[in-house]
Amino acid sequence: MLKLQKGKAIIDQHDKHYLYGGKFGGNFVPETLKKPIEDLTQLFQKLRYDKKFIKERDYYFKTYVGSPTRFIKLYNLSLHLEGAQIYAKVVSDANGGAHKIYNAVVHALICKHAGKKYIIGDTGAGYAGKMLSMAAKKFGLKCKIFMGTKDMARQKVNCDAIRKNGAEIVPVDSGSKTLVDAVSECMRYWVSNCDTTHMCVGSTVGPNIFVKICAWSTAQISRELKVQLKEEFGEIPKKLKLINCVGGGSSAIGFWNEFMDYDKKQVEFIGVEAGGPKNSKLHAAPLTYNAKLGVLHGAAQYVLQDKDGQISETSSISAGLDYPGVSPLHCFLKDTKRARYTVATDEQALEAFKLVSQLENLRPSLEPSHAFAEAIKIAPKLSNDTVIVVDSCGDALKDKKIIEKRLGKLIWQH
Amino acid sequence: MAALISLAFLKAKLEKRPALVSYIVAGDNNKKLTLNILKSISQYIDILEVGIAHNTAVADGVQIQNSSYRALQGGIKVKDVFEIVKQFKKIKKNKPIILMGYYNQVLQYGENYFLQKCKNSGVDGIILVDLPFPENKSFADKCKKLSITFIQLIAPTTSTIRMKQIIKNSQDMIYYISMLSTTGGKLKVSAKSILNNYLKIKKIDPKKNIVIGFGITTKTIASLKKADGLVVGSLLCKSISQSLAKKRNPLIQLNKIVRTLRNKIQ
Repeated sequence: MLKLQKGKAIIDQHDKHYLYGGKFGGNFVPETLKKPIEDLTQLFQKLRYDKKFIKERDYYFKTYVGSPTRFIKLYNLSLHLEGAQIYAKVVSDANGGAHKIYNAVVHALICKHAGKKYIIGDTGAGYAGKMLSMAAKKFGLKCKIFMGTKDMARQKVNCDAIRKNGAEIVPVDSGSKTLVDAVSECMRYWVSNCDTTHMCVGSTVGPNIFVKICAWSTAQISRELKVQLKEEFGEIPKKLKLINCVGGGSSAIGFWNEFMDYDKKQVEFIGVEAGGPKNSKLHAAPLTYNAKLGVLHGAAQYVLQDKDGQISETSSISAGLDYPGVSPLHCFLKDTKRARYTVATDEQALEAFKLVSQLENLRPSLEPSHAFAEAIKIAPKLSNDTVIVVDSCGDALKDKKIIEKRLGKLIWQH
Repeated sequence: MAALISLAFLKAKLEKRPALVSYIVAGDNNKKLTLNILKSISQYIDILEVGIAHNTAVADGVQIQNSSYRALQGGIKVKDVFEIVKQFKKIKKNKPIILMGYYNQVLQYGENYFLQKCKNSGVDGIILVDLPFPENKSFADKCKKLSITFIQLIAPTTSTIRMKQIIKNSQDMIYYISMLSTTGGKLKVSAKSILNNYLKIKKIDPKKNIVIGFGITTKTIASLKKADGLVVGSLLCKSISQSLAKKRNPLIQLNKIVRTLRNKIQ
């Protein structure tokens, strides 16, 4: 069985081919991208140990992102479920309304340090794109966002925001017209323009360096949480469960990073993938449903595919989770058994949204609603000295139309 | 017996011209058409590249994406690609064929099984777009053992040190990507600067046959005829698209194009 190393950041636990556990990740890229990726790898390696750069990052995380985000107890939900104590890390407090801002800010800073004026990125739910356009505006960079036309239709609120920030949206009308095609198109654009343009991958996917930068950026979430847990409990609770939704897996890695070395009996990681519509065979849950190892967007990972290696179509109510693959880091965490993965269906996520938003002053977007669904499922069975923390990594404003359609307009009146 | 790919270069050299290499996607828009196209254009073409369509290709431009899309819509499977090669080789056993695809397709078949199928159907060479050096070392070795040419790629971004390593680890044929682009982009650098880079690579090991691809059309081909070989892909895919849109048999137009290309490099 694969093993995690203690005392070493998970992003650095790869071999010389940048593979985690000898099989996940790597750089399966066209020759043209080898050099830009190598340059970026070297630059990031230098910057991440540069005190000045860290100071710069922390400055913008504090003054621009708004760190730390709140850590709150969900009293009503805990009372209602009569089991574990449920908390939320309200990452959606961050500027822009989701965790994607951490990665976006770091990429914009790197882009500046690389002396490049153009930045491009992919987006599914529109958050990664919105945040990148914000960061680009903040740091004076020209920005293009690649987005599937299906996602553009269902996440119009974020599209408007992207354009308002002065970025251009490049509609991607090929294949399933969602995130997977947006990432492909963005990579193609980078192949053609890598001499002048910096690429940001919106999650912990893609060639190794993008997995690293993204996980390194979102780790801010668990750095804050660790302090907040100690403030609340005086120590890290003896029975702690950290529940996070997993699409590409960037928020989950960030939410768990600082707790990797804890015994899983003390700090359990639960990743919740998109189970798709209740009565459909389609989903976006490669880990839960044991998808085969394959190569997608430059990295080896468990990915939904057919026998011939064609990537399968996925379905989820949540655009942010609608991706056939998953971060190599999560594949590694699955195989080392450090984290366990499960699914929530579209309907369960909607029910969870309904319950949480009715009982609490919190409106998690459809992505974290998947995580809440799992919390709601397991909390009643757990002792009341168990602490569940759900990463509420996005705000539901962007999902207003979908939620109204499925749950009725009255849902917003609480 | 010398490899067919090497012989093709030798033959072109004797005729004092670059080898003409074509690329079309297998199964665009059906298996039979692909076989007919290969049979027909092979009278002008020295080496035939056959693409295995992939639905998350990261290096293909719009023309090849369209071809791949049609092929996948038509239900093409990897096993059909082998069958097309096998049928073609029954008629023209001395015309070299190179399969071009993405690594996931090989991975899902299993490297060894994939290579066995290549051998059985008569494939002469393999290009894997997203399996660069040094990640491709073990697979390239397996190819060599079976006398299948694994074709390494060099890009304008490849450093000189890396170039030397790649060339050292290459077999007889190397593919030089002319510019920073996906396939089928407009030639955005001058033929002179492409040839300068080409000569730099050539100097490292003059014995290797280096082909130039990306952005080659009837307009640009003559300016690059100093190369050992020239690859034309998107132009052919585009022609297929246009013929299909007009409900015409793509063979007619394709034959015209490859004949023109050939004339321009004579």
